[in-house]
Amino acid sequence: MSDTTEVSRRAVEGGFADPVFDAQAVFASLLEAMSRPGTIVDFGARCAPPAPLSPAQGAILCALADADTPVSIEGADETLAAWLGFQTSARLAEPDKARFAVTPRFDGTALETFALGTLAYPDRSATLLVEVLSLDSGEPLRLAGPGISGHTVVRIAGLGEAFVAARRANRALDPCGLDLFLTAGTQALCLPRSTIVTEGSRCTLP
Amino acid sequence: MYVAVKGGEAAIANAHRLLADRRRGDRAVPALTLVQIAGQLALAVDRVMAEGSLYDPELAAMAVRQSRGDLIEAIFLIRAYRTTLPRFAASRPIDTGAMLIERRISATYKDLPGGLLLGPTFDYTHRLIEPEMAEDGAVPAPASRQPADDGPAPRVTDILGDEALIEGDGADDGGEPADLTRSPLAFPASRDLRLQALARGDEGFLLGLGYSTQRGYGRTHPFVGEIRIGEVEVEVDLPEFGFAVTIGRVRVTECQMVSQFTGSKDVPPKFTRGYGLVFGQLERKAMAMSLVDRALRADEFDEERRAPAQDEEFVLAHSDNVQATGFVEHLKLPHYVDFQAELGLLRTMRGDANEDRNQASKIGESEPSALDRGDGSVGE
Amino acid sequence: MHHPDDTTSSSTLDNGRRRAVSAFAQADAAFLREAWAKLGGSREILPLRGPENGLVMVRGRAGGGGAPFNLGEASVTRASVRLDGAMVGHAMVLGRDGDRATFAAAFDALWQVEAEREGVESRVVAVIETALAEVDRERRSETEATRVDFFTMMRGED
Repeated sequence: MSDTTEVSRRAVEGGFADPVFDAQAVFASLLEAMSRPGTIVDFGARCAPPAPLSPAQGAILCALADADTPVSIEGADETLAAWLGFQTSARLAEPDKARFAVTPRFDGTALETFALGTLAYPDRSATLLVEVLSLDSGEPLRLAGPGISGHTVVRIAGLGEAFVAARRANRALDPCGLDLFLTAGTQALCLPRSTIVTEGSRCTLP
Repeated sequence: MYVAVKGGEAAIANAHRLLADRRRGDRAVPALTLVQIAGQLALAVDRVMAEGSLYDPELAAMAVRQSRGDLIEAIFLIRAYRTTLPRFAASRPIDTGAMLIERRISATYKDLPGGLLLGPTFDYTHRLIEPEMAEDGAVPAPASRQPADDGPAPRVTDILGDEALIEGDGADDGGEPADLTRSPLAFPASRDLRLQALARGDEGFLLGLGYSTQRGYGRTHPFVGEIRIGEVEVEVDLPEFGFAVTIGRVRVTECQMVSQFTGSKDVPPKFTRGYGLVFGQLERKAMAMSLVDRALRADEFDEERRAPAQDEEFVLAHSDNVQATGFVEHLKLPHYVDFQAELGLLRTMRGDANEDRNQASKIGESEPSALDRGDGSVGE
Repeated sequence: MHHPDDTTSSSTLDNGRRRAVSAFAQADAAFLREAWAKLGGSREILPLRGPENGLVMVRGRAGGGGAPFNLGEASVTRASVRLDGAMVGHAMVLGRDGDRATFAAAFDALWQVEAEREGVESRVVAVIETALAEVDRERRSETEATRVDFFTMMRGED
């Protein structure tokens, strides 16, 4: 069997079993997670994408990406490109052209790599998908801003040291900036650009 | 200002019912079929596809039937339909050089390689109503002749281009073309964006603008280099195949308008060009488009922009007949509150004016008016 | 042009499949259904994706050969199927006919089964290509009859 055949065989597997209802369910969960930053949502085993995508990242891309949203995935190979193309009609693109970008970390370089939007069209920015170790067992972070009553605390493991500073820099670009989907396995947590993230040590934990 | 008002539901429902009745007309007369519309009113269907910006003859025929032959209404229906569908991909640019030609003419060369083929044209008819059109008489089969086997007919601009007497097609920088269905129009517009807008623009509007350039409003001294009509293959690169596949064919009309030459100290003079390309057999539209395309390139050739056809904001912002009809026809919507407000304002102004007049006549008797005082203070 | 060089990057096999897929896309549904009854045998066509209606943005080039621009969209239908849990086939066809897309995808899958390829080539692909060529030839002949034959008239002294 040729490589091409293997690539195309993999492409048709691991997508939504029921494209309409799965996409609607994932969209509804993301809406909830985006409008209440810090909320953890779980997409379950809806999607089994090729590496390096996690199930949650696969589900998000299957629900949101299409031929009009170029996607950038660090470490994507031919198999992943074919899978993404078949499942979503999206094409892989250079990071600065991407509307969705899968990247292993969020730090200062992200702000130089991806589209931040313009003052006239702040929506023309990238949404980043970053896989972390866990969404509920790391050092505490304090979240505040739209969609959060007062503040909330999340414990995310595997964000990297530059995360909070990068969020601060991102926040300073308002109304431009990057939106963030943190994923771990089948779970996701959203940090829109409007959410203020500070280190947990700076506040009194409830 | 718009205010929600309730009422008129029964009237609307009955109006729809009446519309359906009038559309169907005399039940003793057979209803039009889509095949009849697509086959016998093909050029109306082509116009709906071109300006509806969606190639689908059957659907366009449905729209023509539903709209009772109101083509702008049909175009509106097609535009609304296309917004409900996902876009899977963009095609490779079609190759008009490889067209299966059904008509090809040139006003600049009679001995064009590949020859002149008149095709199914109105051009040499006498424009007299034919009595046969009142009946369903037999129509003879078309004449047939063994085609000369001389390969594909090159585009006329490629022939002139060989001698460097005409500007080339321009470079392809490999970037994604602009798409006005995805981002709002912004000015200055690039040529790709202008061509997209013109391809879906209103035929009547573009015809008028094209005509205006001939009458001196942005003169470009045009010749029809070539018009060709026929079918081209649509090829799409699909990731599931890993190569480009042909998904079918579409009929298009292409017009190469050769226009006045330009040159400078450094560049020898050469002809310039305008380009027209539309879905379907729409020669007039393709010609008008090529005239306007050329007029809109004024800046490229250091021509002074003075005429409406050279003003891209004017042309592009008003060429879309769905936008135009929406804004013109919205005036039918209830403006009761706006109008009451204006009426109120007018009454107040009149009241004030009357009062001022009364005041003025009173004041005039006792002291000079503000203007007479000469201190620039008017009123209070 | 910015497309991968077809002749070098794709194998002969790909070229054969590409020709076949392009033929399936241009056949009518009734022909494909009939041909499937003869060649598909008892194979079950399992839908993987679609058939679904959508759009393809058709592009042209400024001046015919210059930079691409968006001419307008076209209705398309695409389908992906699996034959009896084995071969996967795809199709995208102009228009809104789901059956046409499904059978075209099924034939793409069947074409990839080596034992079936020759039968599909001779009884489907070749038949479609011949029919298309015949229609084209007729269209060309009718157009040819409208060719202008110029006669040069004598002018001047000689």
